[in-house]
Amino acid sequence: MTRTKLTRTRLGATLGLLGGLAVAAPLAADENADLVINGDLKITVRAEAPAHLDGALSEITSGWIYRSDETQQLEMDDFDNPGMIFVDQAMDVWGTPDGTEGKSCASCHDDPAQSMAGVRAVYPKWNEEAGEVRTLAMQINACRESRMGAEKWDIVKSDMVNMEALIAVQSRGIPVNVAIDGPARETWEKGKEIYYTRYGQLELACANCHEDNYGNYIRADHLSQGQINAFPAYRLKNAKLNAVQDRFKGCVRDTRAETFKPGSPEFNALELYVASRGNGLSVEGPSVRN
Amino acid sequence: MASGVKPRVKAPKTASAGEVVTIKTLISHPMESGQRKDGNGNPIPRSIINRFTCEFNGESVVDIAMEPAISTNPYFEFDAKVPESGEFKFTWYDDDGSVYEDTSAVTVS
Repeated sequence: MTRTKLTRTRLGATLGLLGGLAVAAPLAADENADLVINGDLKITVRAEAPAHLDGALSEITSGWIYRSDETQQLEMDDFDNPGMIFVDQAMDVWGTPDGTEGKSCASCHDDPAQSMAGVRAVYPKWNEEAGEVRTLAMQINACRESRMGAEKWDIVKSDMVNMEALIAVQSRGIPVNVAIDGPARETWEKGKEIYYTRYGQLELACANCHEDNYGNYIRADHLSQGQINAFPAYRLKNAKLNAVQDRFKGCVRDTRAETFKPGSPEFNALELYVASRGNGLSVEGPSVRN
Repeated sequence: MASGVKPRVKAPKTASAGEVVTIKTLISHPMESGQRKDGNGNPIPRSIINRFTCEFNGESVVDIAMEPAISTNPYFEFDAKVPESGEFKFTWYDDDGSVYEDTSAVTVS
């Protein structure tokens, strides 16, 4: 009798706690908001899913719509967007000669506003000469090594990520359109396999969160579709721009797996596949996320 | 000395007399708090912007004392009334003695 009573009391307390949690609603995100930067640059944050997804997603959406109102607003004005500081820093590097050839990026590519327009939208891309799919970071490093005679950059460190942001910003508003046919097909298939493979002690594939559960909460995190159209992303948690493959690493680590290394063939293939899932969304980087 | 410091200001170029305008300012700065240690366990010395001021034609608009808990790249947004044509002058004071300045002219039409 006493025992039953005790159990009932405990149960009552537990229910009370759950009720309390349900009332404390998570931070609001306006999933129907539209993104316009600086009052005139329209960004496509919702688009028809590309054909290769074969109905896996009804609509593709940028991660921007899942963020809180305050975070969304930071991206709507370049002055408020802390990521633009790093674009400025990369602009200084763009014109600074480096390496044995005494060349800078500007020596060949002149003004990035012209030469880099639309570039971000089509990477990763098959490179005929090298016989491989190249991410934007690989292409930058190839340029640095062969044309400038300079040291490669670490692909997740600030020099590289800032430069990617400078290149991305020239394509803002242009729809992502990476090619997945022809010679890139093999790499794309490999990336797709990784996307749907469960990793780690938690046995989670990318798809378990970002295809099956986007819009839902995983503890305090509001899950997005894991689109990468908006990278590099300025994260409020570490106050710098973050490379997409660094984000991949963080995600795989959270499944309690040994991760692939940024720059590995596995992550390069995954970057191509995930980019192709966003074909139709605008290039948005540098974005602001939490 | 802190590297990569660059002040930025966004303020309107024109206003009507007596109009209240919004001014946004940002300075890129590491804002090293002095609480952290480097790889060898030695404290990293404090290096922050400790004061920010804005003046309009010599008259003080805001004067802000800043402390080590303020994040990297400090951003300030505030309103100011524009009685006449003139110039906003912004000044940031660094722990290392450096002073960074920027100005923005506004015309009353």
